[in-house]
Amino acid sequence: MAALEKSFDSGLHSEQLSGRTQQTFFSAAEEENFVYPYNAFKVERDKKAEFDAQDLDSNAINLKIRTLMNEGHGHIVVKNPRAKHSIGVGILNRLTLDFEGSLGYFGCGLIDGPNIHISGRVGWSFAENMMAGTIVVEKNAGSTFGAAIRGGDLVCKGDVGSRTGIDMKGGTIIVGGRTGTLTGFMMQRGRMIILGDAGPNLGDSMYDGTIFVGGKIDSLGVDAVKGEMTDLEGRWIERKLALYGLEAPKGAAKLQKIVAGKQLWNYDNLEPTEKKIVL
Amino acid sequence: MCGIAGIIHRGNPGNIGGEITSMLRSLKHRGPDSTGLAVYGIPGENQYVMRFKVAEQEDISKGFDIHQQIKDKREKVNSRLKELGVEILSEDEATEYAFRYTIRYDGDLHHMADYIEDIDGTEIMSLGQALELIKDLGDADVVSTQYGLGNFVGSHAIGHSRMATESDVDIRSAHPYWAYPFNDVAVVHNGQLTNYWNWRRDLEHRGHRFMSNCDSELIAVYLADKMNQNIGLEKAMHDSLDELDGVFTYVVATSDKLGMAKDFMAAKPMVLYESDDFVALASEEVAIRSIFPHEIDTFDPYEGEVRVWQL
Repeated sequence: MAALEKSFDSGLHSEQLSGRTQQTFFSAAEEENFVYPYNAFKVERDKKAEFDAQDLDSNAINLKIRTLMNEGHGHIVVKNPRAKHSIGVGILNRLTLDFEGSLGYFGCGLIDGPNIHISGRVGWSFAENMMAGTIVVEKNAGSTFGAAIRGGDLVCKGDVGSRTGIDMKGGTIIVGGRTGTLTGFMMQRGRMIILGDAGPNLGDSMYDGTIFVGGKIDSLGVDAVKGEMTDLEGRWIERKLALYGLEAPKGAAKLQKIVAGKQLWNYDNLEPTEKKIVL
Repeated sequence: MCGIAGIIHRGNPGNIGGEITSMLRSLKHRGPDSTGLAVYGIPGENQYVMRFKVAEQEDISKGFDIHQQIKDKREKVNSRLKELGVEILSEDEATEYAFRYTIRYDGDLHHMADYIEDIDGTEIMSLGQALELIKDLGDADVVSTQYGLGNFVGSHAIGHSRMATESDVDIRSAHPYWAYPFNDVAVVHNGQLTNYWNWRRDLEHRGHRFMSNCDSELIAVYLADKMNQNIGLEKAMHDSLDELDGVFTYVVATSDKLGMAKDFMAAKPMVLYESDDFVALASEEVAIRSIFPHEIDTFDPYEGEVRVWQL
């Protein structure tokens, strides 16, 4: 507390900051915080369209989705995506989007709001920086699944690769099968539910957030420790899994809970130079 | 980056030349500098296929007498083969500087390879009963067309599209690498080895030869060294995960096997498809889908994983 008072006395919380230290705080009173000024479309939930992506490249597929949203379609079905890269990205409005097939790398990144369903598999770096919405992948996923997501539910019913939820900052990731090495690496917030086994170095260097694991954990990473499951968490997991037709094989209460030991924790609002003044 | 791919026909031989070309075409964005293919044809009875080059592609635009030099070197190769008692059954000239010979020879292949490579600028790219290793500058379509691989029939193949990072853009730094002196063994690799020079010094002391400064060549030589010690392919690949440092995924092919290994950091991608009569693997799923029109299920191998498939 003394350090905090000292930082106030030093003027670190009242002076005009610039560059990396500049912070903008969310205000619920300001309407613009809820609406994107660009690239968001007003769509009708029941207006449906579908197209075949077999002979289209990634750019053409994304443009087609955008054109259909611009025409007010709130439900779009994309057939034969054929594991092409970077499709379904940058969607910032409500939309039901179904992919009948598999996606390649960097699919559905930078989205904020749509409900997406993929009947096949997805490649590396899927749903990177997702802000809100839901995504359900019926089969397997590659590595860095859900990197740096900030919100929404991201579900893979099969197995996923390594570094799942790396740098995760919010939201929920659910994996029906197993996950690879360094899952939850540098995780900062949010929850992850792994129903199968977890690979080596689980939760390595995580700052915060919670990882629940149903199967065997190969090893915990640096500063990841076992936590105590609460009834509230167990009920939350059951409800969440039921939303996507999943359940923990031995019941939610039997999941292992992994949290940050916070022995490496240095995540605060102060820059290193400012810290020197305070400490 | 770099893209790697491999396919096996578990039943009857198929058009592996066309298929691996199609897969590498889909991976062109991972590396446009050079393309290489190791294709395994139907072995001829008591004969070998030798692919070799006597100059680099870039040499063709240099010097006044490069064409005569190439001619002289090829004549020297022919003369040395004759001297060793090698019977040349056929000679094909894919390019002015790269050749394909079918030969018959009962002697020491290791000695023969050393004697041919002793000719300045000459490199045997592959020597085997089934293996034919082709690599050159350009994308998959350019190389495949140049060397007439579009309809090559065989049992399995591996390929590589290269983005040069730590060695030159030339044929000697292009993949695949032949695991000299073992006939029919070839390797493609995506990644970086960080203990390359330690291992290279060690392997050179044990008599192995290196033709480039490319770290991928080391994997081929490393596996050759293990096989020289009568260590099986799968065990050698498991050993490589412990002994080679860096981030890597590689694919190795022998006359009757195809294998893949992924390091413990799992930072280099690989996607697999397996069915009763077909195995396909590639850095990206889009490459596998380029040869399968129907919907398929694929998966990623995990960190520290080694898989070997028998034909």
